[in-house]
Amino acid sequence: MNTNQNILVKLKDAGFKINDKWLVQGVSLQVEKGKIVTLIGPNGSGKSTTAKIALGIYKKIEGEVEKYTNKIGYVPQKISIDWTLPLRVNDFMVLTESLKNEIIDEALSLTGVIHLKDKNLGDLSGGEFQRVLLARAISKKPELLVLDEPVQGVDFTGEIALYELIKKISDELNCGILLISHDLHTVMSATDHVVCLNGHVCCSGTPMDVAKNNEYKVLFGEQASQILSRYEHRHDHIHTDEGKIKKN
Amino acid sequence: MFDDFFIRALVAGIGVAFVTGPLGCFVIWRRLSYFGDTLAHSALLGVTLAFTMEFNIALSVFIISSLIALTLIQLQKRTNLPGDALLGLLAHSSLAVGLVVIGFLTFIRFDIMGLLFGDILAVTVDDLLIIWVGGAVILLILKLIWKPLFASTVNYELAEAEGLNPDRAKAIFTILMAAIIAISIKMVGLLLITGMLIIPAAMARNISSSPQRMVIYSIIGGLLSVILGLFTSLEFNTPSGPSIITAALFLFILSLFNIKQSIKLKN
Repeated sequence: MNTNQNILVKLKDAGFKINDKWLVQGVSLQVEKGKIVTLIGPNGSGKSTTAKIALGIYKKIEGEVEKYTNKIGYVPQKISIDWTLPLRVNDFMVLTESLKNEIIDEALSLTGVIHLKDKNLGDLSGGEFQRVLLARAISKKPELLVLDEPVQGVDFTGEIALYELIKKISDELNCGILLISHDLHTVMSATDHVVCLNGHVCCSGTPMDVAKNNEYKVLFGEQASQILSRYEHRHDHIHTDEGKIKKN
Repeated sequence: MFDDFFIRALVAGIGVAFVTGPLGCFVIWRRLSYFGDTLAHSALLGVTLAFTMEFNIALSVFIISSLIALTLIQLQKRTNLPGDALLGLLAHSSLAVGLVVIGFLTFIRFDIMGLLFGDILAVTVDDLLIIWVGGAVILLILKLIWKPLFASTVNYELAEAEGLNPDRAKAIFTILMAAIIAISIKMVGLLLITGMLIIPAAMARNISSSPQRMVIYSIIGGLLSVILGLFTSLEFNTPSGPSIITAALFLFILSLFNIKQSIKLKN
């Protein structure tokens, strides 16, 4: 039951394991229209897994996922495309949905790669390809955007511009965004809700809350927490190797 | 008009080429040429079944090939053997069992060469009907599943995440593969069907820059191969299947020269 009309996707105590090893466990979060939810955490903490659970790519999961939209744009962290396919940027843009030419052009212009429209996808640089991926995801005007490190490999000025674009899209389209990012400055300045993962949800809340949280400091180090706050807390639990909470 | 065996063969071959063109592109894109081979080898079992039960050949080949495809999926789930080993196992054992069964059927005269390499003399008006109606149905279904199938060929997770149901498209495509083998077995023969699927598509890959163009060139390549091959077959009394595939190879070699030329032009 969707009691709140604005909820797009909701995870309840969700988890996923491969061969009896939990990749992530006990994640509860929700993404609402017009809001940006960001997942942070160290490598292997289950950020991408959580995104894939939310998207329904992983099906045999623990817990529950409720999805209230089918209009989804996805930028995966890793994408391996087989170059046995002759595929131009233009063909890639209409991969999952047929779009009008003007809409394709508009999206490619927004991410600054309109000049690459007729190029072969295999000839693009990493950063250019990343911009095309983002353009494709936003071009279909989705209700939910899932962006897994959307600006990796993009140059410094481009990175800032693309994050501004993501923020703008969230406002204009009133779509919900589930973002995975390593850039803590961006996370802290543009996000409505932060979920800090380390195999489980370490802490979550507004960027301010999370920055003040001691868990966050343990994971990201003193410096990261000084980005927004010098506030200090006491440990309330210790982590095991798998990222679970160690019981005393 | 269809009285002449050669006209019948030509019409049949053209019908087959229209379907193998687009399907062949997917066989190349999804790296399924070995899978196509396995289905084609198992077709012999389907043919023997048709003879023993006095059943329609195309239908019986279609059923057996689909069963083999399902068996493969089950084996992949239940064993730790790699995919190519399973394909080899199914391909050769179904071919062997088919030949053994033929050995028992001494009361029927079998044209094994015709089965393995195609026989234009054997194409009847009924076969034409099966090829053209069956082919039209295959193409229609392929058009319907094009979006999810193509998207998941490019990237499975994108297709799944954005709600295109790639697993269903893949299952339907497997059935289409069994169907094209069933309708083209008489023309090309079961040892060469995969060649008819992949060689024109490979030729098309060499000269095309977009997926749509590759499909169109692949169809054109298949049509030319059929026409060239059949005329050669008539002229020099060579078996139809190998003649068609040799013509396709000839076109493929030509397409290689085209690449060299375009590279020179760029420089």
